[in-house]
Amino acid sequence: MSETKVKNKPTRPIPNPIEPVNKGFWDACQGGVLHFQQCDGCHKFRHLPRNMCAYCGSPEWKWAPSTGKGKLFSWTIAHMPMHPAFVADVPYVAAIIEMEEGVRLVSWLRSVVLEDICLDMPVKLMYERITDDFQLPCFVPA
Amino acid sequence: MGETLNFSEKASIVGIGETDYVKGAKVTAVEMMLEAGRKAIADAGLSPHDIDGLVPAPAYTTGEELAANLGIENLRYCSTVHMGGASPTTAIQNAAAMVSLGVCNNVLITLGWNGYSALRPKPGIPPTRPMGMNVLDTTIKDFYMPYGITSPVQMYSWFAMRHKKLYNVPDEATGHIAVAARKHAQLNDRAFMKGQELTMEQYLKARWISEPMRLNDCCLETDGACAVVISRTEEAKDMRKRPIVIMGCAEGHPYPADDIASRPDLFKFGLTYAAPIALKMAGIKVQDVDFLQIYDCFSYVVMLQMEALGLCERGGAYDFVKDGNIELGGRYPLNTHGGLMSQAHVWGLNHVVEAVKQLRHEGGLAQVKDCELGLVTGWGDLGDGSLVILRR
Repeated sequence: MSETKVKNKPTRPIPNPIEPVNKGFWDACQGGVLHFQQCDGCHKFRHLPRNMCAYCGSPEWKWAPSTGKGKLFSWTIAHMPMHPAFVADVPYVAAIIEMEEGVRLVSWLRSVVLEDICLDMPVKLMYERITDDFQLPCFVPA
Repeated sequence: MGETLNFSEKASIVGIGETDYVKGAKVTAVEMMLEAGRKAIADAGLSPHDIDGLVPAPAYTTGEELAANLGIENLRYCSTVHMGGASPTTAIQNAAAMVSLGVCNNVLITLGWNGYSALRPKPGIPPTRPMGMNVLDTTIKDFYMPYGITSPVQMYSWFAMRHKKLYNVPDEATGHIAVAARKHAQLNDRAFMKGQELTMEQYLKARWISEPMRLNDCCLETDGACAVVISRTEEAKDMRKRPIVIMGCAEGHPYPADDIASRPDLFKFGLTYAAPIALKMAGIKVQDVDFLQIYDCFSYVVMLQMEALGLCERGGAYDFVKDGNIELGGRYPLNTHGGLMSQAHVWGLNHVVEAVKQLRHEGGLAQVKDCELGLVTGWGDLGDGSLVILRR
């Protein structure tokens, strides 16, 4: 691949959060850790990151690592690229994964035969490198 | 449900206005909103100076700008609803409550945009103002976009896919909605898709956009504007046109509203909360209505709203939409103007305009015979909802 081609390739949207809690989520992924906030008050996990617990009201929490295991809650197969950076990727499976911790997150389902995709199929965590400095957690069939 | 202030029947829609619906308007969104606004005010037999309340679109303009153009010296009430496509229908609730309380007398609601010209650059069409960002922006940028989820059709497909699999919904279900909208558009000179018919066979053959959504599951991208005027029913009786009475209205939000993935119940929408409140206020059952104008950014979203309204059980929308039930001549004619899918995308304010035409019995070839009672929903920002129940 020539250098020009690399330069012209539209850049992937990399999360660059302003919110500290969102930044904390992504920073850990760069070290290969998928973690979620866990409430100090009621020990419930949560995702998206928030500043307090919606269940018990506690503002105290810590990051807790995920088992990386989950199941497929819903998905779409994107056939029409809606962003120039994803033109070469279609069709791709953008999914909602329900983790063992009870939280759900948006991610990719990779290395899957499209016809085999079904509700609740077990999936496990892996990482996909997007740039030299950034990797994205995604999932494959378990 | 707690007691709520009941302003049923106290306010009416007294005027409606709309621009042409086109691709490639040569005018700005503000100009279109002012054109629709002037028409709605004239339709009510009022002058712009009679307007003392504004609920402008949540994008492309401000109350201040509209008031300066219309010459509203003493603007007694101005608010903006930020619920995406549910904003215009929710605006009716705000307006009806405010005129009922006497905070103001005549409220103009308007919505317009270059939904075709503004979204992607087009040759020969000047750039428009930016739309402004909504509440979901942080979530989308920080958590969805890295995975190539950048467009509503992809996000709505998460609702659709899970629902389709859980309840075994066949592809024909959404086909009935797209085909009915297109059929109705053939009766409407203002419909963008007049002259382009759609069969179930064509629907099923169309390309995927984002599974399970095909091309014709998606609404149009058009330029245009609508406006309505809301006044107290008591005074409306002396106005130019028969007032269309606001029997009930309510808004609702999904929880949490700023993320889809973490909603405990994926199919509990704003409309799920709002529908019983508006129906109680109107003193009717949803089955009593003569027609449905349901917000149709995507066909699957129409089915989800039918379930949220209580027209059918959860998972039961396919049985509701088949056998012509939602076509003119059926029990619940749906989107008799063609909707966002086949008339134009005006954030659902065109659904309100159509409901008023129907209830005035000015529905033209698409008139629902002898209709007395109609329902309009608004839907936006990935699950916000509102509804208005109107009576002749």
